[in-house]
Amino acid sequence: MKNRLLWPVLALVALLILNVVVTPTFFSLRLQDGHLYGSLIDILRNGAPTLLIALGMTLVIATRGIDLSVGAVAAIAGAVTCTHIAAGGNPWVAMGLALALCAVLGLWNGFLVSVLGIQPIIATLVLMTAGRGIAMLITEGQIVTVDSPVYRQVGAGFLVLPIAILISLAVLGLVALVTRRTALGLLIESVGVNPSASRLAGVRARTIIWTVYVFAALCAAVAGLMISSNVSAADANNAGLWIEMDAILAVVIGGTSLAGGRYSLTGTLLGALIIQTLTTTVYTIGIKPEITLVFKAVVVIAVCLMQAPVRVRVGGRVRGKQGVPA
Amino acid sequence: MTVPVVDMRGISVEFPGVKALQEVDFRLFPGEVHALMGENGAGKSTLIKALTGVHPLAAGEIRYAGEPVAFTAPAQAQAAGISTVYQEVNLCANLTVAENILLGREPRKFGRIDGRRMRARAAELLARIGLHIDPGSVLESHPIAVQQLVAIARAVAVDARVLVLDEPTSSLDADEVAELFRIIRVLRDEGVAVLFVTHFLEQVYEISDRITVLRNGRLVAEHPTAALSRIDLVSAMLGREMGLLEEIERRSGTPGQAFLVAEGVGRKGSVAPFDLEIRSGEVVGLAGLLGSGRTEVARLLFGADKADSGRILVNGKPLRLTGPRAAIEAGVAFSSEDRKAEGIVADLSVRDNLILAMQAARGWARPVPRKLADELVAKYIELLDIRPADPDRAVGNLSGGNQQKVLLARWLVTQPKLLILDEPTRGIDVGAKAQIQKVVADLAAEGMAVLFISAELEEVVRVSDRVVVMRDRQKVAELDGDVGVDDVMALIAGGGDHGVDHGVEKAVAS
Amino acid sequence: MVAPEVGAVPAKSPGSASRSARSRGRVNVPKRFLPVIATFVVFVATFGVGSVRYEGFASGQVMANLFIDNAFLIVLAVGMTFVILTGGIDLSVGSVVALSTMIAAAALQAGWPAWLVVITVLATGSGLGLAMGWVIHRFGVQPFIVTLAGMFLARGLCFVISVESVSIKDPTFRDLATGSIELPGGVTITYGVVIALVAVLAAVYVLHLTRFGRTVYAVGGSETSARLMGLATTRVKIGVYVISGFCSALGGLLFSLYMLSGYSLHAVGMELDAIAAVVVGGSLLSGGVGFVIGSVVGVLVLGTIQTLISFEGTLSSWWTKIVIGALLLAFIALQRIIVRRT
Repeated sequence: MKNRLLWPVLALVALLILNVVVTPTFFSLRLQDGHLYGSLIDILRNGAPTLLIALGMTLVIATRGIDLSVGAVAAIAGAVTCTHIAAGGNPWVAMGLALALCAVLGLWNGFLVSVLGIQPIIATLVLMTAGRGIAMLITEGQIVTVDSPVYRQVGAGFLVLPIAILISLAVLGLVALVTRRTALGLLIESVGVNPSASRLAGVRARTIIWTVYVFAALCAAVAGLMISSNVSAADANNAGLWIEMDAILAVVIGGTSLAGGRYSLTGTLLGALIIQTLTTTVYTIGIKPEITLVFKAVVVIAVCLMQAPVRVRVGGRVRGKQGVPA
Repeated sequence: MTVPVVDMRGISVEFPGVKALQEVDFRLFPGEVHALMGENGAGKSTLIKALTGVHPLAAGEIRYAGEPVAFTAPAQAQAAGISTVYQEVNLCANLTVAENILLGREPRKFGRIDGRRMRARAAELLARIGLHIDPGSVLESHPIAVQQLVAIARAVAVDARVLVLDEPTSSLDADEVAELFRIIRVLRDEGVAVLFVTHFLEQVYEISDRITVLRNGRLVAEHPTAALSRIDLVSAMLGREMGLLEEIERRSGTPGQAFLVAEGVGRKGSVAPFDLEIRSGEVVGLAGLLGSGRTEVARLLFGADKADSGRILVNGKPLRLTGPRAAIEAGVAFSSEDRKAEGIVADLSVRDNLILAMQAARGWARPVPRKLADELVAKYIELLDIRPADPDRAVGNLSGGNQQKVLLARWLVTQPKLLILDEPTRGIDVGAKAQIQKVVADLAAEGMAVLFISAELEEVVRVSDRVVVMRDRQKVAELDGDVGVDDVMALIAGGGDHGVDHGVEKAVAS
Repeated sequence: MVAPEVGAVPAKSPGSASRSARSRGRVNVPKRFLPVIATFVVFVATFGVGSVRYEGFASGQVMANLFIDNAFLIVLAVGMTFVILTGGIDLSVGSVVALSTMIAAAALQAGWPAWLVVITVLATGSGLGLAMGWVIHRFGVQPFIVTLAGMFLARGLCFVISVESVSIKDPTFRDLATGSIELPGGVTITYGVVIALVAVLAAVYVLHLTRFGRTVYAVGGSETSARLMGLATTRVKIGVYVISGFCSALGGLLFSLYMLSGYSLHAVGMELDAIAAVVVGGSLLSGGVGFVIGSVVGVLVLGTIQTLISFEGTLSSWWTKIVIGALLLAFIALQRIIVRRT
């Protein structure tokens, strides 16, 4: 467990050190009008939606699944809320509607995976493709802007710390609490590690899988609210674009294997922070921000190779459990 | 006989912590069919894999056609003329028959596959083994038996001198087996040495010229088939470990009510319909060779596989067995023979594995309280002597015997009425074995019904109040507990050479 | 596969299930053509709907335009088909297209001769594919993650070259782009279409008539079996990513002809279109089943839907995505039914 988090921690520390070297004031925080500001706060705030989605993704991946549709779901959540508010609706009702609709979308994904037995990657590809269309259908292809102080709080508000950070951390705490205090974590891991043994032990795999997809969709919905609230607008095309990829990366960098089984929420937190810090770092050390992607690729490959199932030993011999047919 | 084409001397193969083969000698002559026999874990597959270069040797020497060889990959062995056909057809079902036979050495013209010539060559090879199917058809459009024969056609397409058949008949019906045997005889008469692995005694006596028996990684016997009686063969395979273990005290109390009654339960291609009654407080042993249907019976009773005939009564009421959960709710527990694939959840801790079934029954929202879990874990670690006594250790790191004890404990905490144990003592050390046997006896004494499956007859006879004997996917007898090992062995062996057939029929009729 | 299905816990034991499933497989050959036939039927149906509803839809030129507007996607789908047939996936293709347009535009602007530009672009794409295939094979990292990294890398490299759009003014490229070939019946096509069709033919040849191609199918059918049969599985597993990289680069060149510019934000999300085309074309994402022709028809189906919606006028463009999603679902369901019956 500790071992698994070693590389992500080192990567994050290295990034932070690099930042301090370049910008000595990197760690400084200041309080202004009761709001906390600073580079670290920025990282946390910008990384909040990714972290949220990655939390849902962690549980999905732990059951040997994957959810590609979270970006589209996030866009739908923003679209529903903004359209409803723009039509004169109550922002709370609007957000409630969005969460409810996204829960239904999660049920849909869970249905395809657990009942119909479709591979998760294709099952969620359907909604990934159609979801943006649905979001645009809701906004009728427009960027819907709203002016709702209540709604604005979700993504841009402050309660000493930005509310987005508080929400993400609250969800992190909640997931940690729920998975450890109930038996959900145990059953998720057991289904992910050994589905047939779990079945023979009487585990309701179907319910478990269904639960994680609904949860992932809800996380995506909240993240979608944050993204859209931050700009007070719903952009069906670009809201949450590629965020599923960032989320999957965060999970994988955090040491949870795409093959399912043991997962680490702390790892996912680290993964999300690494991705966001990387983006910030590239910016602070004066490289064109567009090139972030190159660094992201390099970090992904490096961290993945460190954790690769097949290690390269000195002398270049490859070891692993591949190759021996049963 | 002439010079052996394969001569393996003093072969030892080791895996981390396991001696899979110890100083085994094995010879294979041209133009013979040689049966390799043994129970699970005897080392049959390991011996084959040592020969074909899958497993490296820890000791010993392999001579092939008189020359010492050391293959490092199956492809090398194949190139040298040793072809292997595995139980699970190792072909690509999505390709055509011709491609499956010839891919990798297909006729080509300027780098382009010459489809016409390939199909013609495939047809020739199929004709050689008397199989008349369209070489251009897709493999998966044929039944599994034909696929198996196609695999053989591929194996002999390289002018194989040695053909290894690893349980090729386990999924075939009688006609299909006959077809396979016809082909084996054709090849044998052409001088091919055939190494044949099977669990079916009938087939061994029908096709093989010689028999080598392995047990627990050691060579037990090598005999001409004609000189080895069925009873001797079975006794060589199952072995006798009398006196090794303390005698378990037989309970004097009479068993209680019938807990589970199976009436005509069966599943096509798996096990013929059978009747079975298990009473509370009794241990029913299920004896039979691997592949005799003993595991299938257990899986049907637990709902792990769905029966397509008959019905099951629990406490006199019919039970709708929709799956394992239905069985568990009715108080039935089942520990699979395949510890790794269907038992332990390797990455999880001993504690998590131990409470898994209990937790599954409660649902995720009602966790087993930590205190209760710790008490249960502590209790069973002590009761079953699980080592190391560390609840947080990943169960995958425990030895086989201790994993088995964890699985036993997983079900005991749910307090089942009927406990089905499929080979709970396989591949574990003698001490752990004795402990598990004692626990089983104690459980029955406390009123639990137990269905105990084991390949070791000594063990079955010792722990059971009644013994049910399976052969060729059928229930052939039900015997009282004070039956002798030899009687059971005779029933398992079947056949006519010891005059036990009469007894079998009587037992079935009773 | 990237994410093995967990929901499909069968009601029987794995062994007995597969055994009985296989032994019942007496359904005849056309089964594997079924999805492709279905794709073709869908194509004819959508095109038929268009012909009935709109005047001038059922013309040769509309059909030719389908090819002209989707030439690059056809090439991408061809490469993706190879990867998916082995049971892998390549998420990097869209970014490699963008990178190719960027390299081409920038190199031409720097005054490189057209032939050298073409070679450079194709070599870059193939090289990226080789690198990804090697990492996937050698380190056992899932294709999903490796090609995702490749996607970021290629897109990032675009920005390294230039953040702005670079237009292509090279006369050779312009001639190629604007040149057209007249077919009988007054229908014209571009050189891009010819290149795409040549790529398709080459792919069909390789997949069906070479040992490499058959090994691609074998690996997708059962990698263990393919290895036990002594086939060159390593070469194939890496090779398909090289082919996919090459096709992405070629698609990128066609795209740069189509757009006459190089831009970092070209072809965003095009990998999904390619994957969708392959799935709608009847290939199984788990590998071993599918045809290049199916993928081509898949592209045409997607193209027709787009054309239909643009003809409709009142229907907004987002319906395209919803319809494609629905089509994906329909084909996945169809595959499920076929697999279950096997």
